[in-house]
Amino acid sequence: MGDDPVARAVELRGVTMAYRARDGDYTAVSDVDLAVDRGRFVSVVGPTGCGKSTVLNAVAGLLPPAAGEVLIEGQPLRGLNRKAGYMFQQDGLLPWKTVLDNVAFGLQLRGTSKSERDELARDWITRVGLAGFEDSYPHQLSGGMRKRTAVAQTWIGDPEMLLMDEPFGALDVQTRQVMENELLTLWTGTEKTVLFVTHDLDEAISLSDEVVLLSAGPASRIVGTYPVDLPRPRNLLDIRTSPEFTEIYRAIWSDLRDEVMKTYERIG
Amino acid sequence: MSASVETTPETRTTGPVRRKPRRKRRPAVLITQIAVAVFVVLGWELCARAGIVDEFFFSKPSDIVSRTIDWFATGSIWEHLQITLVEAALALVIGGLLGLVIGFLLARVEFIAAVFDPYIKVLNALPRVVLAPIFLLWFGLGIWSKVAFGVTLVFFIVFFNTYQGVREVDRVVVDNARMLGAKEGQLVRHVLLPSALTWIFSSLHISVGFAIVGAVVGEYLGASKGVGYLISQAEGTFDTTGVFAGMFVLSAVVLVVDVAVNRVERYLLRWKPSQDNNFGGGQR
Ligand SMILES: Nc1ncnc2c1ncn2[C@@H]1O[C@H](COP(=O)(O)OP(=O)(O)O)[C@@H](O)[C@H]1O
Ligand SMILES: [Mg+2]
Repeated sequence: MGDDPVARAVELRGVTMAYRARDGDYTAVSDVDLAVDRGRFVSVVGPTGCGKSTVLNAVAGLLPPAAGEVLIEGQPLRGLNRKAGYMFQQDGLLPWKTVLDNVAFGLQLRGTSKSERDELARDWITRVGLAGFEDSYPHQLSGGMRKRTAVAQTWIGDPEMLLMDEPFGALDVQTRQVMENELLTLWTGTEKTVLFVTHDLDEAISLSDEVVLLSAGPASRIVGTYPVDLPRPRNLLDIRTSPEFTEIYRAIWSDLRDEVMKTYERIG
Repeated sequence: MSASVETTPETRTTGPVRRKPRRKRRPAVLITQIAVAVFVVLGWELCARAGIVDEFFFSKPSDIVSRTIDWFATGSIWEHLQITLVEAALALVIGGLLGLVIGFLLARVEFIAAVFDPYIKVLNALPRVVLAPIFLLWFGLGIWSKVAFGVTLVFFIVFFNTYQGVREVDRVVVDNARMLGAKEGQLVRHVLLPSALTWIFSSLHISVGFAIVGAVVGEYLGASKGVGYLISQAEGTFDTTGVFAGMFVLSAVVLVVDVAVNRVERYLLRWKPSQDNNFGGGQR
């Protein structure tokens, strides 16, 4: 990791995030330091409810930190992060717009002409494998197809960085592997910075250059940062059985397991 | 409202735009329905002819039908119907627009909502019928007193639905639109308004029904034209046949309007997952 601040797409400095609750404030994450270099694929993993989405919302500028600072390309973030595309954990598609209009939505907001944005949207719909579904409404699509639409909707605007919050978490295993593969294909060669949130360590390692582990909440912190030096391009179907993968997995899992156990102890 | 993305295998998709299957009424139900109608109408007719029920108070179906036919044959009903429908339409549009704008304002501006909340509640609690005579005084015997009355009925329905629709819009959809670059105005146009319209359209039946009720009740209390006036005139001369014929025409019109509203609603909300909204007519 270079120390040159200009090379950093995202930097969190002592970020603490809190929610207003009835009985005082609830501190979701506390004192998080995180640096993501430009063009890197970085995953954030941690047990459910530890504050992964919260961190992503801080980077997106949707939720201002209670303490600390978010820097985007070296600049302190004020308001929304205009350089980022955000794929939300829940369904963010506009239910009253067709697939075509959903995908073209970002361009429409920028004032791109109808013919131009429709053409580009059709391209993207084909790229994510949804050709023929342009005029369908989101409720007519399966979960996987909605995610594909969301991918196209986010990527069509060509954002410099992508924030993805458990994008494939709700999909069945087969669909998920296909989508992971397609995501890597899409990303390869784009130089886009990706901040990818998942609770699935397998997924995190196989996709990323680096895995960041968050501790169990409340007031979770970063437990560790683990580089993933697996060669690219990667074949996701084979990578999981390679000895290097297993070694990295074991190293992170021993730490993650402790955090997961803490979460369970707290709940149970 | 927000459909959760649960594990739906990709293979289990419906193809592009599949029409909602028409609800099939079982023939037994239909036959029984017809039988009930025949029984009631025939029973009424026979009882009236046999003198079991007093024709003066209850009239009889054959008279009502022939009166109705007479109205349409001479064309005398048209101007009344037209007035009533114009009043209802104006009430619907004016009440709807007011409800939409004010609902939006209160849903978006916390301060205004806090200030006006008790007033809205008080006004809504007011039995609207007591307003009708006052409106007659204020707006005269013409159509505007009826429109004003209908507006007070329609306004609250649209207002509450708009308020709810804007309030309950999915947070994720709003955040997503903002991340995609939506400014406040675009947010209103592309997210908040469609969300509110969903609620408004879903209550269109009730709004339309209330607009017609408003017109008829207003006419009933004082007018020189309209279906309500027709009924009140007949009542004034103890012409029960006229009263029933007026009611009959009114029900038929409401039924036709309801079918039209159904069509409009289905078109406007075509993006929604089809749920079983199997009410035959508007409830009011
Ligand atoms: N809007 C909110 N208000 C109050 N608490 C919240 C809110 N959003 C999240 N939290 C809490 O913050 C913690 C972290 O949430 P989140 O970031 O969604 O976790 P994760 O994405 O890792 O599952 C959880 O304990 C959750 O209950
Ligand atoms: Mg989350």
